[in-house]
Amino acid sequence: MTDAYSPNVEMLRITDLHAFYGESHILHGIDLSVNRGEVVTLLGRNGAGRTTTLKAILGLTGRRTGSVMMNGRETIAMPPHRIARLGIGYCPEERGIFASLTAEENLLLPPAVGSGGMSLDAIYAMFPNLAERRASQGTRLSGGEQQMLAMARILRTGARLLLLDEITEGLAPVIKQALGQVIRALREKGLTIVLVEQNFRFAAPLADRHYVVEHGRIVERVDKNELSSRMSTLHELLGV
Amino acid sequence: MEIFGVSLQGLAGQLLIGLINGSFYAVLSLGLAVIFGQLNIINFAHGALYMMGAFLAWIGLTHFGINYWAALLLVPLLIGLLGIVIERALLRWLYQLDHLYGLLLTFGLALIIEGLFRYYFGISGESYEAPEALRGGVDLGFMFLPLYRGWVVVASLVVCLATWFIIERTKLGAYLRAGTENPKLVQALGINVPLMITLTYGFGVALAGFAGVLAAPILQVNPLMGSNLIIVVFAVVVIGGMGSILGSIVTGLGLGLVEALTRVVYPEASAVVIFVIMVIVLLVRPAGLFGREN
Ligand SMILES: Nc1ncnc2c1ncn2[C@@H]1O[C@H](COP(=O)(O)OP(=O)(O)O)[C@@H](O)[C@H]1O
Ligand SMILES: [Mg+2]
Repeated sequence: MTDAYSPNVEMLRITDLHAFYGESHILHGIDLSVNRGEVVTLLGRNGAGRTTTLKAILGLTGRRTGSVMMNGRETIAMPPHRIARLGIGYCPEERGIFASLTAEENLLLPPAVGSGGMSLDAIYAMFPNLAERRASQGTRLSGGEQQMLAMARILRTGARLLLLDEITEGLAPVIKQALGQVIRALREKGLTIVLVEQNFRFAAPLADRHYVVEHGRIVERVDKNELSSRMSTLHELLGV
Repeated sequence: MEIFGVSLQGLAGQLLIGLINGSFYAVLSLGLAVIFGQLNIINFAHGALYMMGAFLAWIGLTHFGINYWAALLLVPLLIGLLGIVIERALLRWLYQLDHLYGLLLTFGLALIIEGLFRYYFGISGESYEAPEALRGGVDLGFMFLPLYRGWVVVASLVVCLATWFIIERTKLGAYLRAGTENPKLVQALGINVPLMITLTYGFGVALAGFAGVLAAPILQVNPLMGSNLIIVVFAVVVIGGMGSILGSIVTGLGLGLVEALTRVVYPEASAVVIFVIMVIVLLVRPAGLFGREN
């Protein structure tokens, strides 16, 4: 893949992003940018606004203002399906597996949003459990399997930017490890990833950069190489 | 041979009528279910659009020489287009609000459409002759089957089963099912959900138009034919379970037959039996026979 790693090409740039749910003003001017091929995390306490940031990128909140540039294109006025079609894959916090679809229908649901997505065979090789359970109702899968499914279905689409919300939440350690492997494999393939994580120990070794969100703002930005020297700041902010 | 003091022939005749009514219940409640699934709106305009379907067939034949078979294709298309306009111009603005607003708006639309047809065509009713190929009937041995009535049942079943197949067994259907559960996520995955909703409404009301054309040769084409029928259809929808595809088909046909049997056994109750069943179902299983409880 030619665009595998181009560290200086901007994939996502968010400037002064405000977002609302009805009358509630949730995001108060988020600024962040992610280059092609980078893995970036959004850290923060519960209720800080990390999920809302991902949703606001996709246009899933109520009103939003500011700027969200995807590959150099302004998306703030686009409807969600057009934003997604610019090459974004979204794995929601609640996983969003559809009960009225089989596992395989869930997997095949999202349309292609870019070229070079994984084939069904490659996906089943990466997630063997899903192959076994392809005919089961989506929500009959175990929590771990549903998480795999939610990840797998956006890998088929050729999305170049993945927005992953708390993918390890509530999963057994082995499954967390497996997911860590998946993220590494995806980074090696040159995908760009924004990871919302509660589990700092999971996120730290995977990410190039960390943003800390508090009260709907970015309050701290920590690069990978500053990690050890800034650990105490992070501990304080995250309360870990 | 006699059952409940009715000859076998009489019984078969009643059951056929039940099957025909059931076919209309099924096609109409199926349209309501499809619309409810995507729009979360109870489409009170359904009966008026069914009536309009019958009228368009009649107008087409008498004023433009458009025959039955062409009408069977064209009228649902026209009603579907009208539905698309209604969705884009009116319903679109209500999705953020309570169900009740959609219900009130479509109820208002129904009154306007019926009022217009009453104004232009009066309420005496028009008759529409069955197409040549379907006049007459066949002797089945135990009963005489008028061809057109047989056709109504077959055509309705085919349309219902085709719709069921599309929704439950195809990719497009997977989009629709997923859209029923979580439209925002479906859109975030890259599917044009607003367009899907518009086309769904168009398709749902096209089914009503189709039923209207089917009904034209059997019933009087009359501005009130929709409101008479739709009350029963709403009861069918409640019994089957709001939004359930298979439920609306099975319940529609089943209740048509139940009504017919009641007419044989205890005619006085035939007009209310469906509503009695509705009350019982609401008490025992509020989500409907095929509805998902949540
Ligand atoms: N649908 C919603 N309507 C109103 N407020 C919401 C909604 N979703 C989240 N919030 C509020 O927005 C804030 C940020 O939430 P969220 O982005 O989910 O936080 P995080 O993902 O960092 O835990 C919280 O105060 C939460 O209560
Ligand atoms: Mg969250």
